[in-house]
Amino acid sequence: MNLLPGSFSSLRARGEMGIPQTLARSQAVRRSWPFILDLIVAGIGLAIFYGVVQIARLWLGQPQPDVVLSMSPRALPRYALYSIVRMGAAYLLSLFFAIGYGYMAAYNKRLEALMISALDILQSIPVLSFLPGVMLAMVALFPSRQLGLELGAVVLIFTGQVWNMAFSFYSSLKSLPRELVEASTIYRFSRWQRLFQLELPYAAIGLIWNSMVSVAGGWFFLMACEMFVLGSRDFRLPGLGSYLQTAASDGNTPAILWGLAVMIFIIVATDQLLWRPIIVWSDRFKFEQVEGTRHVRSPLLHILQQSNVAKRLSSVTLTPLTERLYKHAAVKHSTHTNSDDGSLPASSRWVRSVVLVVVLLVIGYAAVQALHLLQTISGGEFLRILGGAGATFLRVIVSLLLATLWTVPAGVAIGFHPRLARIAQPLAQIAASVPATALFPVLLLLLLKSGAGMNTGAILLMLLGTQWYILFNVIAGAMAIPNDLKEVARLFHFGTLQRWKTIILPGIFPYLLTGLITASGGAWNASIIAEYFRLKGTTMTTFGLGSQISAATDSGRFAVLLLATIVMAMMVVTINRLVWRPLFRLAESKYKIG
Amino acid sequence: MPQAIIRAERVEKYYAQPSENRIQVISPTDLSIVPGEIVALLGPSGSGKSTLLRMLTGLSIPSAGQVYWHEKPIDTVETNVSIVFQSFALFPWLTVLENVEAPLQARGMEPVERRKRAIKMLDTVGLDGFQHAYPKELSGGMRQRVGFARALVVEPEVLFMDEPFSALDVLTSENLRSELLELWQKKSMPTQSIFIVTHNIEEAVLLADRIIVLGRNPGHVRVDFKVALQHPRDRKAAAFTQLVDYIYKVLTQPDAQMPALPVTGDGRRVRDQRLMSYQMLPHARPGGIAGLLEFMIDHGGKADIYRLADDLAFEIDDLLPIVDASSLLGFLSVNEGDASLTPVGAEYGNAEILRQKEIFREVAVENVLLLRQIMRALEAKSDGTVPEEFFHDMLDEQFSEEETLRQLETAINWGRFAELFDFDASRRRFILPSKQASEVDG
Repeated sequence: MNLLPGSFSSLRARGEMGIPQTLARSQAVRRSWPFILDLIVAGIGLAIFYGVVQIARLWLGQPQPDVVLSMSPRALPRYALYSIVRMGAAYLLSLFFAIGYGYMAAYNKRLEALMISALDILQSIPVLSFLPGVMLAMVALFPSRQLGLELGAVVLIFTGQVWNMAFSFYSSLKSLPRELVEASTIYRFSRWQRLFQLELPYAAIGLIWNSMVSVAGGWFFLMACEMFVLGSRDFRLPGLGSYLQTAASDGNTPAILWGLAVMIFIIVATDQLLWRPIIVWSDRFKFEQVEGTRHVRSPLLHILQQSNVAKRLSSVTLTPLTERLYKHAAVKHSTHTNSDDGSLPASSRWVRSVVLVVVLLVIGYAAVQALHLLQTISGGEFLRILGGAGATFLRVIVSLLLATLWTVPAGVAIGFHPRLARIAQPLAQIAASVPATALFPVLLLLLLKSGAGMNTGAILLMLLGTQWYILFNVIAGAMAIPNDLKEVARLFHFGTLQRWKTIILPGIFPYLLTGLITASGGAWNASIIAEYFRLKGTTMTTFGLGSQISAATDSGRFAVLLLATIVMAMMVVTINRLVWRPLFRLAESKYKIG
Repeated sequence: MPQAIIRAERVEKYYAQPSENRIQVISPTDLSIVPGEIVALLGPSGSGKSTLLRMLTGLSIPSAGQVYWHEKPIDTVETNVSIVFQSFALFPWLTVLENVEAPLQARGMEPVERRKRAIKMLDTVGLDGFQHAYPKELSGGMRQRVGFARALVVEPEVLFMDEPFSALDVLTSENLRSELLELWQKKSMPTQSIFIVTHNIEEAVLLADRIIVLGRNPGHVRVDFKVALQHPRDRKAAAFTQLVDYIYKVLTQPDAQMPALPVTGDGRRVRDQRLMSYQMLPHARPGGIAGLLEFMIDHGGKADIYRLADDLAFEIDDLLPIVDASSLLGFLSVNEGDASLTPVGAEYGNAEILRQKEIFREVAVENVLLLRQIMRALEAKSDGTVPEEFFHDMLDEQFSEEETLRQLETAINWGRFAELFDFDASRRRFILPSKQASEVDG
């Protein structure tokens, strides 16, 4: 994960060779611990090697579409590893894509508007509709390898998590402080140096927080795409998601509990071993002139920074590499200055326009073909899809209302009482990161036993998947209400109603709205799983747009799938434009504090 | 006279408007920077000091005219200049050492050599021992020292400084200024020339061998002269204070002669702000104006603006808009750097708040075209409201987008104070108060 080589431990490690250490550090820790620390680092290295071998064996082996999953807890670590690798690969793909996309959108003036509106639409297209297409394409690409299926899963997760990261990077680039940009221009930074010393560090914090959101969302989709039916074929990828689904189908309670335990363990471990060190490390990228007071601590980062092996490793590999890169870029930069002002040679301009024409032709052809596909849909089917959209719309509203009803009082209580927050927030964070799709089979079983129908079940899953966005935003909003406003309320003896009306609700409004926007998008997406679920060999459905998408996937009716997907994307985009955006503007102008 | 390092030939900057007209920020200007001198560029805010600096460094391309670096067009050659920024512009995620090394790294210098030079430079500016600190751990003065080290480590031929001391407190900036002067005089830096943008007149007279004063609307050179005072310069010396006084006079005095209207190559007329129907509203608050008038009453109704700034511990940039606004409204008359209270000004300063609003209402409608137009539009409408956009579009013809918004903000501020109209910020509309009251009643 060393993405920013120019800026951290590697440089300081080199610094110690030539320069006397001027700032005293804790020398005692340095002397007594390195051996054990090195052992730990070596252990981590060996474990990674073993993992790579396991993955390679699976991916490069024969395709096993109808894999029989072992329900033994002993198989779980292996399944968990498979799932984690899928997640990791999808995340890395997302990260690089997001940086590339954001960079292009920010610096290519001609493409900018197009790319940003594309981002807006892509964000609201239900990922799961892509499942059949992506899977079939990938299996066709690698017919004799498991790799095809695996890549399909990775691409699907990727499409679910990349957009908000891309948008975050883009908006960071757009808000780079002007004088820093001027400094990097006047000192003739090459593009690489600009990227590593200005753009990436400035964007780092936004990128990291969005990564955490994306990865949490990724688990949600992983559960769904490890096991699915496509026409007559039943695809299964060995992994934690398929394990949980199979266990739920069989009604195997011990297996369900084991699966959930491993799931929660992975989530807590990711938080402790990955996000925490990264957040602590990213503290240096805060663009602030004074030192903040609040500090998160990470023992793991401390270990890594103190370890000699890690230091040596980076000074042998990374440092020379980045030096090379900078130098190469610097030399290249100085040989042709000022050539990037749109004055391309005629030949490359010609090539560019040919490429543009070809791309436009391909897009045009595909769009026409898709429209042809839509012609096969009968009027009755079209009406059914519209009706389904209405039904799902109602479910989305009900789930958002339910979520708001409990999260607003709970969030405000947590936000107002620091003692409560210290206990409740970590618990809520863990609860929030357990993917709703993992819990769903278990809850659905209980629900059906108590006599409730699939309609309730669908609303429940939407609620499970989206309530956390609202809760965390409300907590943040309640915490942001200035203390003097609360003191005013106490001083003038405001009643409960007046307190809520004049201080609390207006204060949390912008935050609540942010939560609701995210939650509404998520709920639409969740409907595809929530309204159509396979349990114990039978398929439970309820009328709605989501179940129509899933059913069309199952039976391979691509025309219906396409139309339903378009309708869903349009619903999301329209609601965003007509409802959320005006409200958001109101929140920005009237209810912004400070 | 030695050959110029940087020479600007009739450079100007304007922003194209959708209509025929365009907004001129800097009118055609000639300027050269020759070896061996410290040049100070002075001017009120809005005179395009920073824009001019950025054109001279090659950061910003002039709308017309050309900047030459050693007699070659600046966009075709590699220059060797540095900038010290007002906000320091340090990379907060790099250590002090890494910040100073970065420009050398950009030039492809070997790590060992790079580090040696950076450390030597940090030593020169007195930051020995802080190599591994991050900028946020340092005080403002220390951070600007890092800024100096980073600027000097590339051995620039010209060192540009954009208000380098204005974010620092008085003592710190005094200290840094004298150290800079010492480095310059002892030739401990290879820099051939220093170009400093400032709005602090004393700072310019303390440092510079040559002072250029800009006027605004559009930016143009008012005076350009050499300073023959010996270093170290004494603030109390008569020659020093005379020079400071002279610059104050230049700054506060309206342009005596009106230059001919510039005509662009394609024959389109360039709008000159002095000839436009809307006067430029100075961004002062009614409370600030009242404060100044009260102060003047206590001091006999007459004051030298330079003394006034000194007594109030104001920067000239903060004081001038208040003086301008007072004179626009007829509260003050300004002549050669001296301000004197008018009868209505004296009445305003002495009145209690309700009477103040009454007086302000009268003089504002009488003297400010924009306010008069807003009132006329409001009275003509049956519902007594007018969208802000209406005036935005009219002002847009004359001012830049940014300035338009500031003009409207000032107009709203004044109108609200005078209770001429109210403004609904969420709907962006002007409202006639009587209409609003009747709405509530009905």
